[in-house]
Amino acid sequence: MRYVDEYRDAGKARALAAEIAALCEPDRTYTFMEVCGGHTHTIYKHGIEDHLPDTVHLVHGPGCPVCVIPMGRIDDAVHIALRPDVIMTTFGDMMRVPGGDASFLDAKAAGADIRMVYSPLDALRIARANPDRRVVFMAIGFETTAPSTAVTVLRAAAEGLDNFSVFCNHVTIIPAIKAILDSPDQRLDGFLGPGHVSTVIGCRPYEFIAALHGKPLVVAGFEPLDILQSVHLLLRQLAERRAAVENQYGRVVPWDGNPKALGALSRVMELRPHFEWRGLGFISHSALRLKDEYAAYDAERLFEVPGIRVADPKACQCGEVLKGVLKPWQCKVFGTACTPETPIGTCMVSSEGACAAYYNFGRFTRAAVREATRS
Amino acid sequence: MTADQEQREQEVLRRIERTRGRPARLRDERITMAHGAGGKATQTLVEAVFLTAFHNPVLARLEDQAVCEAGGARLAFTTDAYVVSPLFFPGGDIGDLAVNGTVNDLAMAGARPLHLSAGFILEEGFPVADLTRIAASMAKAAAVAGVQVVTGDTKVVERGKADGCYLTTAGVGVVEHRFELGAARARPGDAVLVSGPIGEHGTTVLLARGELGIESDLESDTAPLAGPVAALLGACGEGVRCLRDATRGGVATVLNEIARASGVAVVLDEGAVPVRAQVRGAAEILGIDPLYIACEGRMVVVVDAARAEAALDALHAHPLGREAALIGHVVADPAPLVLCRTEFGGTRIVDVLVGDPLPRIC
Repeated sequence: MRYVDEYRDAGKARALAAEIAALCEPDRTYTFMEVCGGHTHTIYKHGIEDHLPDTVHLVHGPGCPVCVIPMGRIDDAVHIALRPDVIMTTFGDMMRVPGGDASFLDAKAAGADIRMVYSPLDALRIARANPDRRVVFMAIGFETTAPSTAVTVLRAAAEGLDNFSVFCNHVTIIPAIKAILDSPDQRLDGFLGPGHVSTVIGCRPYEFIAALHGKPLVVAGFEPLDILQSVHLLLRQLAERRAAVENQYGRVVPWDGNPKALGALSRVMELRPHFEWRGLGFISHSALRLKDEYAAYDAERLFEVPGIRVADPKACQCGEVLKGVLKPWQCKVFGTACTPETPIGTCMVSSEGACAAYYNFGRFTRAAVREATRS
Repeated sequence: MTADQEQREQEVLRRIERTRGRPARLRDERITMAHGAGGKATQTLVEAVFLTAFHNPVLARLEDQAVCEAGGARLAFTTDAYVVSPLFFPGGDIGDLAVNGTVNDLAMAGARPLHLSAGFILEEGFPVADLTRIAASMAKAAAVAGVQVVTGDTKVVERGKADGCYLTTAGVGVVEHRFELGAARARPGDAVLVSGPIGEHGTTVLLARGELGIESDLESDTAPLAGPVAALLGACGEGVRCLRDATRGGVATVLNEIARASGVAVVLDEGAVPVRAQVRGAAEILGIDPLYIACEGRMVVVVDAARAEAALDALHAHPLGREAALIGHVVADPAPLVLCRTEFGGTRIVDVLVGDPLPRIC
């Protein structure tokens, strides 16, 4: 398949792996965080870690949009969805994420009309087709998906659609990275920057990471060779004692981002004073809401939302696991209160989260897996 | 890591193992769509509700069909329900699906399918022309598979109570060989084959719903597999350990069931798994893995490695197995995992999904 296979070439991967190994200094380990859940998925799907020396660790960051939504927001959304006059629309991977009470999948089983869509514009189509129902779009995601929500609101306003609204849970990536960097116990050597988010915000917003925190960041693409090359670029910066923002994903990410998308965003949305993140707690100016001019499309104002707050249990140490301070099994609730069937923190929600992966496969060491697949 | 830490990690791992070893507990208060997807949620439902209620040794094997002795003959017996939407899709419809699905469940025991029953649940207002078309396609599929629909039932429910037409079929077949086939029979060293390119049925139906705006010339792979099974057993006899059609949950789920039942591990070669470009493309766009997409005319074959070549030759000689491929092999450890050697040169664990593969947003 063109534009895919050339980024998955095993021969090129082996060559890059050799260069990566050569760049690693003896007697030291490297810990890099891939900020984006999409990267985690690529790393897992292609087995990228098998191309890395044992001294290079990849830590999964907070960039899985469905995993960082706090339980209370899901309960609020379920509350709206259960109204008989409402059709709730959502991206597929939101369906199974548990709230304090129920997931969308459970709410659907209890009678809520919840429909999977592939774009907020699909939700708009459903609103046009059902003028006697109120159609709500469960808006989630970072700056990657927020512009499409903004454009959808603008289009609804232009059409004068009065039965469409957005339950806005969009979050922004920089405050989450700041929260991790400000933690005194983080031990990260650098970041793989989120490629999709960067197509919108560009590379400049990351410059403080290199300038103030002295850590390199490489904006990375989503094919396996993109990731390997980005790790290589990070290691090269460290070897040269440099810390800079570099753009590996230049074929998609412009240095200054996408002004049109940013324009739509700033027309429709503004920063919330603070927002809660599952596992990371409240972070200031870390999420978006609709501006007053678009209040007519804001589900939070149109419906009585209970504003449920389900505190992450005190014992949950997701933040420490996310920062790479603790291994999953060292968390106080791991495997007892927090399991893949009853997840508490973000790391257990997604099947690729560090805790879920450890729960399912922790008993199999990578060495055993490698041994079995050697023929 | 200190010795103390290592000990604590081992304790945590033992605790998880104890939890896994307990009988499945159904936590859900209501049925959700995940319970019908063939993954972990389905497995838990079947074990917690049905195995508990009906417990008997034949059911406990959890094969696609029951093989029972009756009057000196070995009979294979199975039933299946069909709720596909849309009812008509490129390459087939609910009618031939209902015949082929049940025929295939019988064929996976190496049985010769004989007779089917058909139960129709029809929604008030359903066009008779559509029903006639479905019946005609069932008749055609039955003729191709060499079976007859010999009994049936019809019920009508009020408008809105069914999605046009639901269909159930049951089937009996006769087992004329003495080989032991079953998910528990895989042995380290065995070869794993698939009878053709995977994921075409699931992808076709997904695209036929028209929600994605993707066009393709893909067709469902729905087909009766009794023919290729007979060819396989003829060529390899008791060298064949296990046959499973890769329906709900796809090849990944079937291999996990085999690994679990046999207490072995399976190592797949991603590059060897046949997947058509259209299926790969759609799966890439949606962020789902073809290994989990349903097929309705493809089977996974576990065969003694010494007979693998003969098995492939036999499949290749049959029109429904022309693109059969050797996709992996069985190893002893680390059981019960399914591992995949990726084309990129890495490895990954191919787990059973909880429910349907859901499109990813990122």
